[in-house]
Amino acid sequence: MYTVADLRKGLKITLDGDPYIVTFFEFAKPGKGQALYRTKMKNMINGSTLDRTYRSGETFEPAHLEERTMQYLYKEDTNYTFMDNQSYEQIGISEDSIGDARNFLIDNLEVEVLMFKEKPIGITTPNFVNLRVTQTDPWLKGDTTGSDSKPATVETGYVLRVPPFIEEGELITIDTRTGEYSTRVKE
Amino acid sequence: MKHSPFPAARQQRLRSRALILSAVRLFFSRQGFLEVDTPCRIPTPIPECNIDVMPSGTWFLQPSPEICMKRMLAAGFEQIYQICHCWRDGERGRLHLPEFAMLEWYRSHADYTALMHDCEGLVAAAAGAAGTPGRLLHAGGRISLDSPWETLTVRQAFECYGGMVMEEALDRDLFDEIMVRDIEPRLGLDKPVFLVEYPAQRGSLARLKPGDPSVAERFELYIGGIELANAYSELSDPEEQRERFAKERNLRIDRGKHGHPLPEKFLRDLADMPPSAGIALGLDRLVMLLLGATSIDEVVAFTPEEL
Repeated sequence: MYTVADLRKGLKITLDGDPYIVTFFEFAKPGKGQALYRTKMKNMINGSTLDRTYRSGETFEPAHLEERTMQYLYKEDTNYTFMDNQSYEQIGISEDSIGDARNFLIDNLEVEVLMFKEKPIGITTPNFVNLRVTQTDPWLKGDTTGSDSKPATVETGYVLRVPPFIEEGELITIDTRTGEYSTRVKE
Repeated sequence: MKHSPFPAARQQRLRSRALILSAVRLFFSRQGFLEVDTPCRIPTPIPECNIDVMPSGTWFLQPSPEICMKRMLAAGFEQIYQICHCWRDGERGRLHLPEFAMLEWYRSHADYTALMHDCEGLVAAAAGAAGTPGRLLHAGGRISLDSPWETLTVRQAFECYGGMVMEEALDRDLFDEIMVRDIEPRLGLDKPVFLVEYPAQRGSLARLKPGDPSVAERFELYIGGIELANAYSELSDPEEQRERFAKERNLRIDRGKHGHPLPEKFLRDLADMPPSAGIALGLDRLVMLLLGATSIDEVVAFTPEEL
């Protein structure tokens, strides 16, 4: 059980049965009035936000969240299937909960799956993943447009900007936090 | 590199703070005020439901110098001011320190409108010392300090910004929440605002308005959405004051807090206090506003966490 004294940015609590993360917190006290604790919170399942103000003495249920390491297996329609590395149990996660991570999911990639009440609510990919370029236009010597990058499509279908020297079939490292090109992988 | 709690910007702010304090003292001495220095440790604080004092031995650290300064008014001092530290337990945030600097001043034979003029003169003088005469910069905006400042009643504030009338907010016990969330952030953004005429039940130590006892002659000064000062036309009727204290004391006990005995010597002397007006201003917040700081932490030498 948390009290208002525990409130801080990043705290995860359960509200109306859903997990929320505190994204803003401020102690406030109107003149001669009572101490108030203003918060903004984000629903960790659907991303909706809430403004709530609490008084001294109010309490909160912590959100019991658990991270499990799983391996990505395959996708069927909008459902992604993963296997728990410990129990070998297979679970499905909807595209909505996967979010932008879908751009970096290749077979057998190990990810951290965030579980709330035994239900997956989100995944975290490694900070860097290697993906193969499936399409990019060749760099023409004597290109005078002065552009220092060009679009490239990788095996997941994700499109990003890469340096002109990257060729089709090459393996590149992508920073999954920004979605940007990081380096070329020497094979 | 040597660790220092004083990066260049903070060092500069502490130097500016000293200049502002000098300007404050000069302002009051020019107005004929006497600087006083009353004890920080007191045996019986004012019973206030929402202010928790810190014990010091069997006594307490003052949450404000109000008791001692009013006893000086009762003893015949007419215009007094004090710069001192005050302590309030559990108050910590962007605008709160559990130990903070207070500027408090009193005028006898005056009501709270006289304090509004003092505020205008004082903040203007302090802004001059801070290097921004006539204005201050806050959250990217520019706040003009040109006289006269604006006045808004609490009733009007609830009508304009609160989404419900003042009485309803009181009945539904939402007064503080609406004040903090919907009203305060909109006050004093272009020009400082005096929020005046608090409902009688929020009158604290203020006298009720002659001709309209539903409100008290109390104002709060807001600049850039920040509450800077609290002022009263002082209640000088010891019997009414005793009743209000007893009510606050009972509220404290109801909420499981310490119910301090009443400050009897203060109540005794109150009978001799002439009609007066008094105001308490958060000095750290004034410095913060004048120097464009976003947190009170940026204008003090050490925060509690740094000690």
